[in-house]
Amino acid sequence: MCLAIPGRIISLDNLEGMMRSGRVDFGGIVKQINLAFVPEAGINDYVIVHAGFAISVLDEEEAARTLEYIAEIKRAEESGDGEG
Amino acid sequence: MKYLDEFRDPIAARAMLEKISVAASREWTIMEVCGGQTHSILKNGLDRLLPRRINILHGPGCPVCVTPIEMIDRAIEIAQRPGVILCSFGDMLRVPGSRRDLLSVKAEGGQVRTVYSPLDALEMARKNRDLEIVFFAIGFETTAPVNAAAVYQAATEHLDNFSILSAQVLVPPAIEVILNSEDCRVNGFLAAGHVCAITGYSDYEELVENYHTPFVITGFEPLDILQGIYMTVVMLEEGRPAVNNQYRRVVRRDGNPEAKRLMGKVFERVDRKWRGLGNIPGSGLGLRAEYAAFDAARKFGLEQYEKEEAGECISGLILQGLKKPFDCPAFSERCTPEHPLGATMVSSEGACAAYYHYSLTEFQRIKKNRNE
Amino acid sequence: MAEENNKATGCPLPLSNYPRILLAHGGGGRLMHQLIDEIFRASFDNPDLETGHDGAILGWSGNKLVFTTDSYVVDPLFFPGGDIGMLAVYGTVNDLAMCGARPRYLSASFIIEEGLPVETLRMVAESMHRAAVEAGIAIVTGDTKVVEHGHGHGVFINTAGAGSLEHDRYIHPSKVVPGDVVIINGDIGRHGIAVMSAREGMQFETEIESDLAPLAATVARLMENGVEIHCLRDLTRGGLATGLIEIAQTGKVSVVIEEKSIPVSGPVRGACEMLGYDPLYIANEGRFVCLVPEKDSGRTIEIMRSLSWPATIIGRVGEGQLGLVTMIGAIGAERIIDMLSGEQLPRIC
Repeated sequence: MCLAIPGRIISLDNLEGMMRSGRVDFGGIVKQINLAFVPEAGINDYVIVHAGFAISVLDEEEAARTLEYIAEIKRAEESGDGEG
Repeated sequence: MKYLDEFRDPIAARAMLEKISVAASREWTIMEVCGGQTHSILKNGLDRLLPRRINILHGPGCPVCVTPIEMIDRAIEIAQRPGVILCSFGDMLRVPGSRRDLLSVKAEGGQVRTVYSPLDALEMARKNRDLEIVFFAIGFETTAPVNAAAVYQAATEHLDNFSILSAQVLVPPAIEVILNSEDCRVNGFLAAGHVCAITGYSDYEELVENYHTPFVITGFEPLDILQGIYMTVVMLEEGRPAVNNQYRRVVRRDGNPEAKRLMGKVFERVDRKWRGLGNIPGSGLGLRAEYAAFDAARKFGLEQYEKEEAGECISGLILQGLKKPFDCPAFSERCTPEHPLGATMVSSEGACAAYYHYSLTEFQRIKKNRNE
Repeated sequence: MAEENNKATGCPLPLSNYPRILLAHGGGGRLMHQLIDEIFRASFDNPDLETGHDGAILGWSGNKLVFTTDSYVVDPLFFPGGDIGMLAVYGTVNDLAMCGARPRYLSASFIIEEGLPVETLRMVAESMHRAAVEAGIAIVTGDTKVVEHGHGHGVFINTAGAGSLEHDRYIHPSKVVPGDVVIINGDIGRHGIAVMSAREGMQFETEIESDLAPLAATVARLMENGVEIHCLRDLTRGGLATGLIEIAQTGKVSVVIEEKSIPVSGPVRGACEMLGYDPLYIANEGRFVCLVPEKDSGRTIEIMRSLSWPATIIGRVGEGQLGLVTMIGAIGAERIIDMLSGEQLPRIC
């Protein structure tokens, strides 16, 4: 229901409370994003952004694990194709 | 883009579809409760790629679609007042109230602005102290903290010309309505990843315990959704319902504590009417007494206004998964995106609009077969 | 049950019959097409108009004149990669080019809002002059009106263009046949996103510049080299999707495109993902599709690339349902590309 996409923090500009914010890069387009809900986030972290706010820090280790799983089933599929 | 493209791989998708097909020994009905997932499923044609045994239903997961008609009428009423600017998320503008939509109000000179974030509305309030700025605060748990932040900041800065029309709703009470329905056909749920990024998933563990239905917290890309479906099917086949988290890269069990804290500070649970589902106790969020000055309904004297839905629209049944858009006699004939009878046809996340955009020829084929 | 429901009187009004003009009527989608069909085509009805092309091809004592017009209302007047003046020249030049004509003469009418700095107008006019020189067209007539403050947005420009048709080829959707290849001259969506990012309220930081460019020289080069062009279409309002749907509907053919072959730059993707937009519907001002037979596709791409366009094949004309555009998506499923109702609105969900 809620459109939110990953972007990379490239600067921290305002460090004050509810208005804590930084610049976030989405594939080459940059927007000032509120970071109040992700106090642990730092530069180069990927955050999930919804309506101008980062709502979660993307866990790159977990992402790598999911991607490894995807790569694994993909390899199986490709080798399966070879046999079939 | 990093962390998006990797989850749109066609070969891995084929492999995942095959895994689902092997795992599913019988028919299963799975409901996703998220407009973004509906959009992704239809846009990527996942519903047509899945084995026939897997039936996907689209639940009440689009905040635009479930906003009751009286709330839209209130927004329209506010937008027509002199000295007011009504700010709204874009896709809300085309949803018809009881007589017309916000786009029409705008065309007649009403001050209606589209914003990307409630912070944009807040900025407008700072710059225009002589005008009343009202933000139409729709959304689920993902958006509620964002709206709370705007109210909290307005209070901090004493921006007394800012207020919100609160139409926020909560997901678990609506899921319970679906599960309690006598005709409920849903075997398992995909829970919306971004809602859970805020709330975590302890509420869902309670639902599993009470209803013995599996939930998988799921992301939004095609591979996320396919994996979510696969995980649901595996739990169903094993007969061991639980909450599983497919979207681990974003969702933690306890959600986002900062966001939850602010949400709880500014809002409290209230009863809320849903379009198509009726009143659901404790399913909405309203402003706490300390923030009542920021309540637009109160500020503009519209708290008592109510309006019943009418017409041949079956969006309520569609949102509960009891009917599919193709089952509606008005679909694509009397009800189209240009001439919507109900909200599910208006918002691009609405199940009917998504079906209209992505599956119209399939519908025409089915209809032709029916006639033959 | 259905009958009972039909009796209900509280149905929402049919909102396609808006009693007033909405911004969505200018969005290039279905509402705009409805407006054109029901108001203009119905009122102005004549055979030249009925061809439904970017310009009219008119017989003129033996020679053929191509005639077209367009109005420009961009906000802001100056945006990364261009301005309203450049747009008013190239936009009309490109409509002539899409008919296979050599651009000759241009008219320019200005509707200026009271209060506009004269300096701004001068900059716009100079930009128009430079663009006209670049595109090889002469601005030969014009008009100026001023409206009260608040009744316009700085300046609106209308240009009409006349071009000469110097060959016998009829470039039109009706010439498109199954097997034709769809070639695009570059990545999509830059203009729309560049203008949006310059608009107050969105506050994007981006290096994106509009793709605004004249296309007539490229078309002329293709023709000189004997490429058998069946159809050309510049992909302005409504974007690639709308352009292809118009071709499919007018030409009564089906078009299949492939998502992974459609070039979209990172920042355009990023902006679209953020707002829930589909790049297929974002406006361009220097992008066009060229439909040619398979045998000429290699040469078309070669010529375009020699003129620095990163041209690429994005699809084919197929044997499917007539009038329909479909796309093979990222994970392999095919879906219909439908015309939007009005303008794209940012999504929350």
